[in-house]
Parts: sequence; C-alpha cells; structure tokens
Amino acid sequence: MRDFLTRYRRNPAAVVGLFLLLGVIGLALTADLFFPRNPLSLAGRPLQWPFTNPNLWLGTDQTGRDIAAQIFHGARVSLVIGLIATVISIAIGVLVGALSGYYGGWLDDALMRVTEAFQILPNFLLLLVLVAVFGSTLPTVIVAIGVVSWPPAARLTRAEFMSLRNREFVEAGRTLGLRDARLIFQEILPNALPPVIVYASVIMSVAILLESALAFLNLSDPNVPSWGNLIGGGRGVLRVQWYVSAIPGVAILCTVLGVSLVGQGVNDALNPRLRHR
Amino acid sequence: MSSAQNVSTAHATATKAVSTRDSILSLRGLTVELPPDADRRHALQNVSLDLEAGRILCVVGESGSGKSMTAGAILGLLPEHVNATAGEVFFQGRNLLALPDDELRSVRGAGIGMIFQEPMTALNPLRTIGDQIGEMFTTHTKLSKKEIEQRVLALLADVHLPSPEQAIRAYPHELSGGQRQRAMIAMALALEPAVLIADEPTTALDVTTQAQILHLIRDLQRRKGTAVLFITHDFGVVAEIADRVAVMQHGVLVEQGEVDAVLNHPVHPYTRALIAAVPPLLPPPARAVSQDIILDLQHVSKTYRSGGWRRRRVTHAVSDVSLSLPVGGTLGIVGESGSGKSTLARCIVRLLKIDQGQIDFQGVDLAKLGKRAQRTHTRDVQMVFQDPYGSLNPRKRVGELVAQGPIVHGVPREQAMARARELFELVGLDPQSLHRYPHEFSGGQRQRVGLARALALGPKILVADEPVSALDVSVQAQVLDLLARLRVQLGLSLLFITHDLRVAAQICDRIAVMKDGRVVETGTVAEVFGAPRHPYTQALLAAVPGRGWQPPAADRAAA
Repeated sequence: MRDFLTRYRRNPAAVVGLFLLLGVIGLALTADLFFPRNPLSLAGRPLQWPFTNPNLWLGTDQTGRDIAAQIFHGARVSLVIGLIATVISIAIGVLVGALSGYYGGWLDDALMRVTEAFQILPNFLLLLVLVAVFGSTLPTVIVAIGVVSWPPAARLTRAEFMSLRNREFVEAGRTLGLRDARLIFQEILPNALPPVIVYASVIMSVAILLESALAFLNLSDPNVPSWGNLIGGGRGVLRVQWYVSAIPGVAILCTVLGVSLVGQGVNDALNPRLRHR
Repeated sequence: MSSAQNVSTAHATATKAVSTRDSILSLRGLTVELPPDADRRHALQNVSLDLEAGRILCVVGESGSGKSMTAGAILGLLPEHVNATAGEVFFQGRNLLALPDDELRSVRGAGIGMIFQEPMTALNPLRTIGDQIGEMFTTHTKLSKKEIEQRVLALLADVHLPSPEQAIRAYPHELSGGQRQRAMIAMALALEPAVLIADEPTTALDVTTQAQILHLIRDLQRRKGTAVLFITHDFGVVAEIADRVAVMQHGVLVEQGEVDAVLNHPVHPYTRALIAAVPPLLPPPARAVSQDIILDLQHVSKTYRSGGWRRRRVTHAVSDVSLSLPVGGTLGIVGESGSGKSTLARCIVRLLKIDQGQIDFQGVDLAKLGKRAQRTHTRDVQMVFQDPYGSLNPRKRVGELVAQGPIVHGVPREQAMARARELFELVGLDPQSLHRYPHEFSGGQRQRVGLARALALGPKILVADEPVSALDVSVQAQVLDLLARLRVQLGLSLLFITHDLRVAAQICDRIAVMKDGRVVETGTVAEVFGAPRHPYTQALLAAVPGRGWQPPAADRAAA
C-alpha cells in the first residue's frame, strides 16, 4: 500500500488530477456553507456578468439565479450522478462478466448476445429512449445512465475471468470442494477487480458527461441545480452572455479531467512495470 | 592483459579470432550492480572467467545466482537500471564494456551468437524462419538475396531440420519446440561466430528433444571450432556437454575447473551441496508395498474436441488407461509434455470429467458421483500443483488458504486455524507466518504451503502434479524428502507425476510410462529402470542427460 502511494505521488498528472477531484469534492461539501439558500431561487437581475456584483461574483443566469450557487450545488449532483451510475453499471457489468467468463458455453453465448445488443445501440440514443419512456427525475436519469454503460465493464470482467478461471489456485479451490459462488466471488473476483476499478473512472466521467448532454437537451431533471441544466439554460443566450454556459462547462471539464487522471494514475501505480514507457 | 588493452581499430572486420592466447573470451573482475531497491547490491561480484577456443564452458547455478546476468553483461544486454560497474570483458582483444553501441552491435551476432531459453518468444511469430535467419546476413554482410537463401538452406541442413526447403518458409508456430530451437541455433551460427552463448537452451524442451539439441550443439561446436558458454541449472546437462565448469552462487563464482574435477571431486561446500542434491538415476532399494489397492483406474479415456462444427479437431489426451495405486505406495507417472499425464491427474481429482472408464476408490466409482457427493469426496483425494506461484491465491493469507478446505467441509474456524498451525509445523514452516501473504514466501516455501493445504483435509491419496519441477535442485531435494517423510508418517498413497526420471527413480515404488495418452509400460522402479521393455521407455532413459555420471554423494540418504 505504501509502495502504491509512493508510485502514485511520483506521477505529476495523477497528482494534478487528485487536486482537481478534491477541489470538486470541496465544492460539494461547502455548498450549504456558502450558499445556504435554494440555488434555484431568484437572486437578482438576470444576466449579470461575472465579477460585476460583489454579492453574485459569478453573475446570474437568464432567469436571475446565482451561477456560483448553482456551480457549488451542481458539484453535488454531478458527483452523485457519477458515483451511483458507476456503481450500478459496474455491478451489472461484473455480474454479467463473471458469470459469462466463469461458466462459458451457452450461458456465455446468451449473456454476450445481450451485451452486444446493448453495445450496438449508441448509448446516448438508448439513454434518450429510457428517459423518454420512464420520465426524467434524477433517480431515473441515474439508473438509466448506469443501465446504458455497463457493457464494456462486463467485457473486461469476462476477459479477466477467462484468464483466471483455469489458474492453478482456482483449480486448487475446486479440488478442496469449494462451491462455484465461493470460487467466483472469493477466489477469482478479488484478482479480477483492479482493472475494472480503474475502468470505473472512465465510466464515471462518461456518466457525468451523459447527464450534462441530457440536461443540454432539457431532458434531465429540471428541479435539481445540475451543471448540465445551467448549460442548457444558457443555450439561448450563448452568443452574447456566453459565460452562462461556459462557467459550468469549465466545471464539468475539471471534474472529468480530474476523474480520468486519477483513474490513469491508479492504473499506472498498480502496474509498476509500465512506468518506464 | 596489456596486449589485450591494445584496442584494435574500429574498422576491424569481424573475422575468426587469430589469437595466440587460448582464451577467446575473458571476464576480468566483472561486477554488475543492481538498482538500490533490489534484495542484494550486486548481480555479479568480481567474476573472472576464461572461455577457451573450441571448448564448452558450463556456468551452473540456481535461480538468482547471476548466471544469466553474466551472459547479458557480455553482450551489453542487461535490464534497465542494471549496469556493469567494474571489470572488463575481453573479446578478440577488445573490452566489450567500453565499446560504443554501434560497434557492440557489430559484435553481437557476428562475433558472439546467442541462443535463448524459449525459442517461441525469441522468434518473431509474424515472419518466416528463413526471413529471420536471412536477416542476420542482410544486417552484417552484403550478400545478394540468392546467396542468402543458399546460405540459410545450408544452415538449416546443418542443424538437421527435416526438409530445409519447407522450414525456410515456415512460421515459428508451424515448427515443434525442438525444431524452433534448431532454427534458433541456425540463426546464432549463421555468421560463424567465434563464441556462442547458450542461456538454458534446453530447459523448455522435453528430455528426448533435449538430448538431440545437446548432441547438435556438441557436434556443431566440434565441427566449427566454436567456443560455447553454456548456462544451465542442470548438473545432468553439465555432465553431458561441458569441458569446463564454473559454479555460481549469489553472483559470486565459487568454483571452476575441468568437468571431471568439479563433478566428481567438488571442493567448495556449495558445489558439494548442489551435487549432493542431484537425484541419482539409480533407484534406492525397493520398499515393501502393500498388496491392497486403494485407487483403481479402469479404461479411463478423456478426449478433447476443439474447433468449429465443421472441422473438429479431436485429441485423445488420455486413452484407455488402466492403473492401480497400492495402499501406502507411490505410483509415478512419467512422460513428456503432451503425453496426457497432467490430464490424467486432473481426471482423478475430477477437475476434468472423463469420457469413459471408471475410477474406483475403495469401492466407489468417483467418475459417476453427482456434484454434491463429489464435493464430500474431495477430502479423500487431494492435489499438489506444479506452479508454486500460480497455485496460491495472491490475495489471501496463507493460513486462510490452508484452513479454507476444512472450513468449507464444516470444521469450525478456530479449529481449522489450529489445524493449519499444526500442518505448518508438519511441513517445516514457521507457524508464526500463518498471517502472511503468498508473495512473502520463496518458491520452496510456497510449495510447502500448497502441501499443507492439500493435507488439511486429511486425504488418503495425494496427487502431485510435477510438484518439484519449478524448484531449484537443492530445494527440490528438500521437498522430495518432505514428501517421502509425510507419506510414511500419514500413511498416504501418492500419485506422483513427473517428467524427470531422476526424481521418479528416487520417490516412486511403481512407474507407469505414458506416451500420447497411453500407458506403454508399467512396473516396479527397479524393473522399469533396470530392464525397460518398451522402446519408448528405453529412449527416455537413454535421453536422460548425464546418465553416465553418478553424483558422488553419500550424505543424502536415499529417502
């Protein structure tokens, strides 16, 4: 573990990513402290430029809401969406991949056809369909994002399981009389997990981006202060008051960049042999 | 060495060494430093060696002794962050350590050829054999395409590849392991180098193939007058091929001399211990073995089917095998790779389902058991695996690994851990180390953990699949002694699978020889080793390296 931290610290990009991510988490944690009021309530005259009003230092959007407050509270929404959607998709992916890779045969064939069915549809399109059918409250949006982004995780887990299932330590477990469930979850899964965990960072960034894309099309939950909603709202005034969309855009950029760099850094630190490339 | 330091011109053509001195390659006080986080400071420490023209020098040592580093240091092919810090390597009057990269490149291949352990990874899988050997000529000479092809064909004929015209267009995967190694040797010898470095060239090969390759190297070396630096861990190979021997331990050269002197009259205690650990090919006096049978295999067959539904490939991994294991006895199954011996072991512990036949264990046909009954029966037949690194789950503590079996069979956790503690003592491990992870143990210790895990269920039969072949010779001797002790102490019946006839001779009571999935000969050890009947058994025995040499050891009592 100490080795891991030392190796992580030696990678400057990973450290930058960690700071970005910590910054976003900081925003989310201090949101109530700095902006105790509902961020969606009216705060002042609409479309004030940033740094013109000391009380509203990032200005206001087209309906007169405080942009800074929405950025702080939006960090919460983005992180919650990212985390929960990632957990959902990794859970589905690991389960499908583990069963598929461990048992092989017809079960593998069946599960992989299902996975492919999900993969051949562009996942944003599928997301639109799901949201259109089930409505666009925050929970449905999160679940829908999780449901469209598990196939790569399933394929990754499956590949790991296929290479691990015939290792001698698994065979040893089998000769001891372990049941399949124990072999899958206690013997193989802990060894298969590291690359999946790293891949989770990719899923998390994509989840955050998917939600913003939905919000941009006004298809996300309008009653939460998400960054995507802010961008979507600013679309109408993009040519003059571009900052309404640009500020949350930068926030999304920083979050996604942070998550990706941390994921990459964790990956490199777990594979010390790749360091010298 | 003053004349040697008289550095020759950079334009010197790499022709045969015209030297008055006998020694063609000499290492003087070579020291190679390891990166600071390694477990020791030096990979090599003050190593001085002389390779004489036209002779074979064997460098022997266990893993980690620095024998491969020696080869790497000579050709400037050391791993990253590992550097030669002191000493010289003189070849044809030049210090190779001081040469710039491009001059060193002209020495590699042309002046000094190299053969590696694993011919499959040393050859590029996407290019033909002829193309890869021809590259030696295009890099180092200005021959025309036609001439190169002629030369390559001659080389392939030289290393006795059947039908060189086909081999020249073959891709590496189309050749067998032995043929690939022949192609590698052809490549190494293409430019008639004065020195050939062979780094464990026969370790990945079967014993009969190994004998052929050793014979080939010996033959080519005599005909071409090449000096050979032969790196190996196997004293049998040394006895077979060496003129001189150098023994290494922890990066230090502990003893060197003529082959007869080192093998039969070793001076250094380490050399003595190593040679004493080499199992002799002569079986010890037979033990009394019970007449009762504990495991009886009748007409067992296992077939693999692969490929699509139109062109199915069918492999008879095990076909019609009938064997019996006496109570308290040890049945050795010997054979080369692909003979089906490991498949048979996996059928017996029911990692694989058999297609036909029965496996009779005390009146129960194990092959016909349902899943649930099978799980309860696992406690009677346990397995020890080959790979000490792959057979232990790296993410579990060793105590848990050992206690796991009893726990799933219903033993309370406390009791299982106490049992694990006892077992650790039994197999010669410190019971304090129960809470450590597998990577904190050495190969031999891990194999003991694997043994403790198998014994935890109190099995009546232990199936050991090459349990010592991944271990160094001295560790191998310890593990074999342990197995021999435990089978008596616990009344175990042992099914011992090995490719190493020396090991089989030492531990087995009966031997079954397998070839292509069939048992071709069975008998007591004395019968099989003393008077082999089947031609294949005879060929196997004849191929054991160093069969004419009996290790002069008396301190290791026959187990």
